[in-house]
Amino acid sequence: MSTSANLLMTLPEIVLAVGALALMLVSAWGGQAVTRAVSWVSVAVLIGAGIALIGPASSGGEAFGGLYRADAFAAFCKVLIYGASAVAIILAPRFFTRTAGDDLRPEYPVLILLSAAGMGMMASASDLLTLYVGLELQSLAAYVLASFMRQDTRSAEAGLKYFVLGALASGILLYGISLVYGFSGSTVFDQIATAYSATGQSLGLTFGLVFIFAGIAFKIAAVPFHMWTPDVYEGAPTPVTAFFASAPKVAAMAMAVRVAIEAMGPATDQWRQIVIFAALASIILGAVAAIGQSNIKRLLAYSSINNVGFVLVGLAAGTEAGIAAVLFYLTVYVVMTLGSFLVVLQMRDAAGQPVETIASLSGLSQTRPALALALAIFMFSLAGIPPLLGFNAKLAVFNAAVGAGLYPLAVAGFVASVIGAYYYLRIVKVMYFDDPAPEFHKDGSVAEGGLIAAAAVFVSPIGWVLLAPLGVLTLSAAHSLF
Amino acid sequence: MSGFPILSVMLAIPAIAAVGCLFLSASGARWLALAATLIDLLLGIGMWAQFDVGGAQWQFVEDAGSLGVFGWKLGIDGIALMLIMLSVFLMPICIGASQSITKRVPEYMAAFLVTETLMIGTFAAQDLFLFYMFFEAGLIPMYLIIGIWGGVNRIYASYKFFLYTLLGSVLMLVAMLWMVHEAGTSDIPTLMNTDFPVQAQTWLWLAFFASFAVKMPMWPVHTWLPDAHVQAPTAGSVILAGVLLKLGGYGFLRFSLPMFPEASGELTWLILGLSAVAVIYTSLVALVQSDMKKLIAYSSVAHMAIVTIGLFAFNQQGIEGAMMMMLSHGLVSGALFLCVGVIYDRLHTREIDRYGGLAINMPRYALFFLLFTMASIGLPGTSGFVAEFLALMGVYQVSTWAALLCTTSIILGAAYMLYLYRRVVFGELIKDDVRAMPDISLREFALLAPIAAVVMWMGVYPESFMAPMRGDVATLVARVARAAPASDSQPTIGKAPAASAAHAGGHE
Repeated sequence: MSTSANLLMTLPEIVLAVGALALMLVSAWGGQAVTRAVSWVSVAVLIGAGIALIGPASSGGEAFGGLYRADAFAAFCKVLIYGASAVAIILAPRFFTRTAGDDLRPEYPVLILLSAAGMGMMASASDLLTLYVGLELQSLAAYVLASFMRQDTRSAEAGLKYFVLGALASGILLYGISLVYGFSGSTVFDQIATAYSATGQSLGLTFGLVFIFAGIAFKIAAVPFHMWTPDVYEGAPTPVTAFFASAPKVAAMAMAVRVAIEAMGPATDQWRQIVIFAALASIILGAVAAIGQSNIKRLLAYSSINNVGFVLVGLAAGTEAGIAAVLFYLTVYVVMTLGSFLVVLQMRDAAGQPVETIASLSGLSQTRPALALALAIFMFSLAGIPPLLGFNAKLAVFNAAVGAGLYPLAVAGFVASVIGAYYYLRIVKVMYFDDPAPEFHKDGSVAEGGLIAAAAVFVSPIGWVLLAPLGVLTLSAAHSLF
Repeated sequence: MSGFPILSVMLAIPAIAAVGCLFLSASGARWLALAATLIDLLLGIGMWAQFDVGGAQWQFVEDAGSLGVFGWKLGIDGIALMLIMLSVFLMPICIGASQSITKRVPEYMAAFLVTETLMIGTFAAQDLFLFYMFFEAGLIPMYLIIGIWGGVNRIYASYKFFLYTLLGSVLMLVAMLWMVHEAGTSDIPTLMNTDFPVQAQTWLWLAFFASFAVKMPMWPVHTWLPDAHVQAPTAGSVILAGVLLKLGGYGFLRFSLPMFPEASGELTWLILGLSAVAVIYTSLVALVQSDMKKLIAYSSVAHMAIVTIGLFAFNQQGIEGAMMMMLSHGLVSGALFLCVGVIYDRLHTREIDRYGGLAINMPRYALFFLLFTMASIGLPGTSGFVAEFLALMGVYQVSTWAALLCTTSIILGAAYMLYLYRRVVFGELIKDDVRAMPDISLREFALLAPIAAVVMWMGVYPESFMAPMRGDVATLVARVARAAPASDSQPTIGKAPAASAAHAGGHE
């Protein structure tokens, strides 16, 4: 295959990388003054990368001798990743200008672009080393983003914590990779799969599998490797938290799916036990631990742990329907989560400073009815109550689990989802049943309001019209893996 | 029908009106809600008029294609028609009964209209998952109605209501997923004629039972109901008792019996046992209540137990009786809650002891209250009699013991209802604040009179209501006949005198 054909398949990453490097130069010379321009150009670069997905980048197949794969699955994940990254850039400027302390610097959008390039690599990797490089690119950018408010100790703490634990996770993952390489003789997914399907496989391969899944569990914040999540989510600036909860989750799940299906598909029975445990533990712990939270960002952190558990239910099925359900769940999850964080961004006291306590939402339905309605829709949807799309997402993953014969998992997961419903209900209760707290500062931008409304409409029953086309897209994306 | 999607229109009107209400003032929202519910009532009457009794089992069928896992498929049979009629009939009355609500009226009206959409949708859905979505989604507006406009202890009641019913339902959802994988379709009419493996049926039946028993509610999972009723505003109680409690019975009728006949036959003892306990226990509990709404809530549990024994009698009388009980109870307990609401609006207490002697200063009110009290007891001439008689006659053919125990419902029902009536309406009018209460207004009269008329209609000429359901009940009885439990009375055929043999044969 010619080099140009290879390059064409990686066009989205090239667009992002070149865009990020160029904008970095611009910000180095332009300084603080160019922040706004760099932000908008970054969004344009993300859109450009999305456009670059049309053509060989979404259907080309293998590139660079099996190191990289451009298929419908990768394209679907990348659209989600780019979309979530763009939203994270759009909602940042107002947050930083209104918050005392650090201003937004032009490095912020550049770091997100670099992270997006890394995430695209994670979704497309069909070799353990490509995967690792993509993961590190994403993570290193993320560590800096977490501590972006340099004068805020919580932010610095979040960055440090994220870095230390992330490095540990990378180490575990790398150790697993080395074991798998050592015992299978290759880092390319196809050849690893051949090694796993051979009879009488060595114990080393099993150990490698366990370590790799442990590393992945860190990255997707699944129990028991979730501890960093609440602290990082609470400490990081809210737009960064919104970013962490959406795009990197999608990328890490895409990576998990690709490793599980393409590299370790023959060993499904081995990793399924791990995934089932992580799924149930995440669902239950995410639900129970969230009950006592009084900070909305921490609550959403536990909510994301809880949701990862449901996504893993789809992965545990290990079937085409299961992977399609994972993608559908991720789509709905990203919209619900970004919507919730957009509402959190509107929570500011009279002086314009952000507040994060759940109590400050009291009586929001009377002071800001539209905002309360939107958050109520997101909460009911996250709880999985029909007719909102969050229910359809849960239905899809459990449908796949039942289809694969995992009945106990389906029963336990559904019952545990009732525990989760309790704390989502609490938010609704605070907003609708309690007496009004001091009103929030009203200075939401049109862009943020529009994004909230769009997200709320998407998860509302109006979003049902998207169910059929999304079903086709997710199925074809999942099909490209098998 | 000429392709007019009447069911979708009936679903859309309240849904659109609900959104509209949010943008209106309080009085504008009231009128819009009333108009929307009345249009739905008219459409419902039109649908009943168009319904071809004895025609196709499923009528007004719509199929708008698949939406991923589930499809937008609607259609009704006679049973669903009657329950939809009950919903659209009670809805304008609920809106009219909400005059005393002054807090956040537009949201209140929107919540009620959404509830109406979801209830109609539950009865009309022909896709398993679509049914579940309507069935579950009803939790959201009811949670808000109880939580925002409820009484003092509303938060606790709203949580209890929500989580209790949600927990019951998720098990059913797992069972549904399994069924759809097994049968390869989520089409309800197809599933109703699918024979699932007998072994699996028991599990599926229990999963559905978990959901419907909570919704019904059956003893011992009924405890959410008194809390929800007591805390809910009057119209909320009417909807809860009138329609939401029917979802459980409808579920048994639509799913448990036709889809799992063998399991239903095997587990009849469970239903009959729980029902018998419920009749006696909750009736006795009702007897000692000092709160009017709580008393009626417990009486609802007892009446719902009559529904379940009728359903699990596996014969035409029993199931028709159960259906009549659902309709009758929907009207009567709804009306009783309205009656409580009338005096609650005047004195702001539900304590029975605070009243007394209302017959003297509120004679018209006393008359209505008497009628509904009698209907609740099951006096001949009211809807309650037809319902109880048929259901008990049906169950007698299966289990004489259950029939004996459940017949005490009539005696105990008379005890607690008449005791309530005596304390509230009869006696001396000694309390000054009670004496100052005016008789019912024109609005209240307009709310109670239609229910009273239908209760008597149903008692005097039940055929109007039973005719549309007869064919569907017969289909169901034929479907479950192979699993019907044997009768415990084991009657032996007597030797009739030769002369009157032909005469006796005519009675069979």
